[in-house]
Amino acid sequence: MENILQVKNITMVYPTGVIANKDVSMDVKRNSIHAIVGENGAGKSTLMNVIFGKIHPQDGDVFYKGEKVNFRNPNYAIKAGIGMVHQHLMLAPDLTVAENMILGIEPKKGKIFLDTVNALETTDAVSKKYGMDVPVNKKIKDLPIGVRQRVEILKALFRNAELLILDEPTSVLTPQETEVLFETLFKLKENGKTILFISHKLSEVKKLADSVTVMRDTRVITTKDAAELTEEAIAHLMVGRDINSGRIAEPENPGKVRLSVNNLSYIDYENVQILKDINFDVRAGEILGIAGVEGNGQSELVNILTGLMRPTDGAVSVDGKNIIGMTPRQIRELRISHIPEDRMENGVADIASLEENFIVDRYYKSEFSKKGRLNWKYIKDYSVDLIKRFNILTQSSKTPTGALSGGNIQKVVVARELSSDPELIIAAQPTRGVDIGSEELIHDLLKKARDEGKAIFLISADLDEIIKLSTRIIVIYDGHITKHFTDCRDIRGMDLGPYMLGVKKEEGASGKIHS
Amino acid sequence: MNPLLSSIFSTGFAFAILRVMTPLLFPALGVAVSDLAGSVNIALEGIMLMAAFFGVIVSAFTGSLFLALIAGLAAGILMGALLGYFHLKMKADIILGAIALNMFAAGMTIFLLFLFTGDKGSTSSLQSLVFPSIEIPLLKSIPILGEIFSGHNILTYVALLFVPLFYVLMFKTPLGLRIRAVGQNPDAAESVGINVDKIKLYALMLSGLFGALGGLYLSMGYVSWFSRDMTAGRGFIAIAAATLGGNMPIGILLASLLFGFVNSIAIYIASLNVPSELIQMIPYLVTIIALAIFAIRAQRVKIKVGGEIHEHFDTGDAAIPVADPGKGDS
Amino acid sequence: MEKFILKYFTLIRTLTAILVGIIISVVLIYLISEMPAYSIKQFFIGPLLSKGRFANVIENASPMIFCGVAIAIAFQAKQFNIGAEGAFFLSAAVGTAFAISTNMPTVLHIIMVLVVAGATGAIWGFIPGFMKARWGASELVASLMMNYIAYFGGLYLINYHFRDKDAGYLVSYKLAETAWLPQFMPGTRLHLGIFLALIFAFLGYYFLYHTTSGYEIRTTGHNQKFAKFGGMNVIKVIILAQVLSGMIAGIGGATEIMGLHRRFNWQSLPGYGWDGVIVAIIGRNHPIFIIFAALFLSYLRVGGQILNLMADVPSELVLVIQSIIIILITAEAFLSTWKNKITIKEAERVEVGNESVAQ
Repeated sequence: MENILQVKNITMVYPTGVIANKDVSMDVKRNSIHAIVGENGAGKSTLMNVIFGKIHPQDGDVFYKGEKVNFRNPNYAIKAGIGMVHQHLMLAPDLTVAENMILGIEPKKGKIFLDTVNALETTDAVSKKYGMDVPVNKKIKDLPIGVRQRVEILKALFRNAELLILDEPTSVLTPQETEVLFETLFKLKENGKTILFISHKLSEVKKLADSVTVMRDTRVITTKDAAELTEEAIAHLMVGRDINSGRIAEPENPGKVRLSVNNLSYIDYENVQILKDINFDVRAGEILGIAGVEGNGQSELVNILTGLMRPTDGAVSVDGKNIIGMTPRQIRELRISHIPEDRMENGVADIASLEENFIVDRYYKSEFSKKGRLNWKYIKDYSVDLIKRFNILTQSSKTPTGALSGGNIQKVVVARELSSDPELIIAAQPTRGVDIGSEELIHDLLKKARDEGKAIFLISADLDEIIKLSTRIIVIYDGHITKHFTDCRDIRGMDLGPYMLGVKKEEGASGKIHS
Repeated sequence: MNPLLSSIFSTGFAFAILRVMTPLLFPALGVAVSDLAGSVNIALEGIMLMAAFFGVIVSAFTGSLFLALIAGLAAGILMGALLGYFHLKMKADIILGAIALNMFAAGMTIFLLFLFTGDKGSTSSLQSLVFPSIEIPLLKSIPILGEIFSGHNILTYVALLFVPLFYVLMFKTPLGLRIRAVGQNPDAAESVGINVDKIKLYALMLSGLFGALGGLYLSMGYVSWFSRDMTAGRGFIAIAAATLGGNMPIGILLASLLFGFVNSIAIYIASLNVPSELIQMIPYLVTIIALAIFAIRAQRVKIKVGGEIHEHFDTGDAAIPVADPGKGDS
Repeated sequence: MEKFILKYFTLIRTLTAILVGIIISVVLIYLISEMPAYSIKQFFIGPLLSKGRFANVIENASPMIFCGVAIAIAFQAKQFNIGAEGAFFLSAAVGTAFAISTNMPTVLHIIMVLVVAGATGAIWGFIPGFMKARWGASELVASLMMNYIAYFGGLYLINYHFRDKDAGYLVSYKLAETAWLPQFMPGTRLHLGIFLALIFAFLGYYFLYHTTSGYEIRTTGHNQKFAKFGGMNVIKVIILAQVLSGMIAGIGGATEIMGLHRRFNWQSLPGYGWDGVIVAIIGRNHPIFIIFAALFLSYLRVGGQILNLMADVPSELVLVIQSIIIILITAEAFLSTWKNKITIKEAERVEVGNESVAQ
């Protein structure tokens, strides 16, 4: 079978200096379903964006239907017959299905008017042709997410897409909707279309794909027929690590249970079950790591633990005290600190000074203010001390935080959260996007906190980080815990991989301590 | 019969409502068109003022009603384009940019008035042409309806005509579809190759066109001269009417009629020692209540769709893209 | 040099905007005036030429400072509340009504009027504040509506209940002398209100930059999610900002009546709320800078009036300058290329410096 798409030796370096694709090559056969798998940060999305003309690589070529192409922007890719279904659907909520379909290529009546009849008919015709039923005259906002996604796919087909790129299409769907999507994709293949999809769920990959490309650490590891690979083999290729390196010294005996999570469930407003019956404990003097591909419910879990969201069901207690329904401040008052996963969104106010960023959770306490009056002199000394202790590179404590480098901004966040004398630290992606030096510093600080008897709950998509730091590890997949590793001394990435990717699952796994 | 009631039920009163409504309906449609594109336009006040001024000046100097119309429309469209330039290109906050444009119009019209006429006071010594009033042949002879609906200024009919026209433009043309798409989800519009900034600019220019007609009516229909600040806040009332009307043409017409009704009543009863102020307050009260209801309903829908229990819920994104007035960057 | 420019960039940018505005005004005067040199002199130094004129500058600045500080507090919380206009007007009317209906010894009378006016303004700020914080309703539209309700409500109160029918035009009764803010300079109308305005500017500054509540307001304005993450109750903070904003505008309204007019004599909105927006923008929402911005704007206005009277240029020239200055200050793109160039230069310099240290 001929190749519809060939990618040859793509190297993509972002202006920030981050290398996202290194010498990537891949062939996609016409009229096949082709999966791309890889951990977070392996370079999958970058590759898709290169193919779609959104970004332009430093090196390498893309061949589409045998011809070398260099799409200036996505519109050229669309014209050439490539369609992309984004994770965040690109639909206007108050427009009808038909209106969304024809947006940008509107059929006209008498040169001025919109041909609504034509729009409805063509939408209907396209949906009939591919056997994908959609209510053509309904507004997008009134449709369930699975149907919206179908509209998005039809939109691409209507623009004569022959190659459809889907970015984690099942991550927002219910299991039933996922089934329907699979049927759709098979039908499209029968119709001669080629489908390229990104996924983290290996069972889906096995079920759907004819061939699989595995990416790891910005490179393509292999492209093989799906039939040749077992799920375990794919997981192994994705995670790759056989050795257990750099694990830092083992902890003393952990103490009593600080954080206890029981039967926690969360259903979001699209009616998708994000968390299912989560159970775990975190003890003083230990680091409990939660491994998992991003988007499997970790963010929601953290938001619930810190009072930013409420669960649908279940209980969370800290030192035996129920914290559900407490405000973020009440929870912080229980000596819980929180390193958020997105520092720019939640962790800092970038136009405010370092001083103002250091005190956001404690400005009302008596050292920092008396009778509502801020003690700036003390705050300054305090900030200068934090800057020194946490080795933050800045001109002064009055510098706007946004002027610092990413690593230093993260150090500002970590300095604040570790200096509040917490008993429980919830650390989400604590070293994401920071330089090696900052990463080591932050790891040392977390280890030190653990040795001082703090309880630490570590959420990270970086397996090395999880393995390096954790006393115990739980693995989350699709909103539930699939495995609990109590002894992590000799654990390897490949032990975690199958559980992270839904290949293996231990029934009734929980992170509870059974003593 | 009570003199108030007898005035209200007179055909003259109904006639007056339509007259007073006209310079509100135009700019309200203008507010709605840019709102649907996702940009709040509070510059209608300045747009109307500029159009009113240039209409009068050009008509006085050329004696051509047609040229006056063109000049007024051009002034309004240019103001809309200018706001678009400041906002989209210079990255000024659209609200502050509009406030500046309103000031600019208030200043520039008087300034130019002086330059052209030597009159730096309020009214122009120039005699302006006016747009003609029209008797509608058959309608005219129907007893009550004729008295109410016939004999209006042509621009009043144009305004009424613009209600269905607005609907057609926004809902039955590709441009309208694109404007609404841009307002609802600019990323979606961009993903199908639509130039979002261009569409927003068009919407602001359309907004300027609608506002210009309102301004022309004021100086060349309602009266026949230009005077300082003659818009008297109608550009802002238009925001109320568009809000109350939910940015939909029929709703805007009804809201404008309400404002027209109340203002006409105020004129009628001023002599009767009845507190007209309280009556004039009503539409604003209604608007603020409507605003609250719209907001609550929007939130309910979100929560209902969600089933999510939000204890510390988001204050959400306002209907208005708020820049950071603290630093002047958005 | 680069360092200096970067540190004071905002100030330099503001001053450049003002300079451009002034240059354009000179050009416009040359275009329009028969005696440009005389006109320019009258415009720029006219306000300094007599005690009365200079007093006018200060007298006009007072309500601008009140409204500027009021607007700045809302803007600092990132709330587009432009309701200072309504709060100012209605509080002046309610304050007048209260002053006329009560009998008190002088200092107490003044204080009580200020309290009543402040409370009126606070309620006026609360409504849009609550609607925004609780329901997400646009505070811009809400406060705009509130302006009109205040306008008609204030007129109703004065015209139907406190109108002085002997005055021959629509004004309230005169306030009892116990409720007068003293005018302290003979030959001018300068009154204690300017000191009250300065006090409120300093209080506003102190509140925003030295109290926990002010910190909460600024942090919520900087990044609402961050404020929530840190444990602040952003709903309360947003409401507080708008309540205080209304209160200060309200006190400003009563001050004008008690100090300058001694009776309520407005039949249209006096426009100080919009002036407040202008001086808040020029003063970058900092109450101390707002004092200077208000003096600047007031100086321009008085200059414009002199121009109108003494020369052959309409005072609306000032509006044109104002609008140009506002646009340049709010347009992010203005001077941004220049700044970026300097930033890169400075970054390179620092990098080179660091390397040499490292070696």
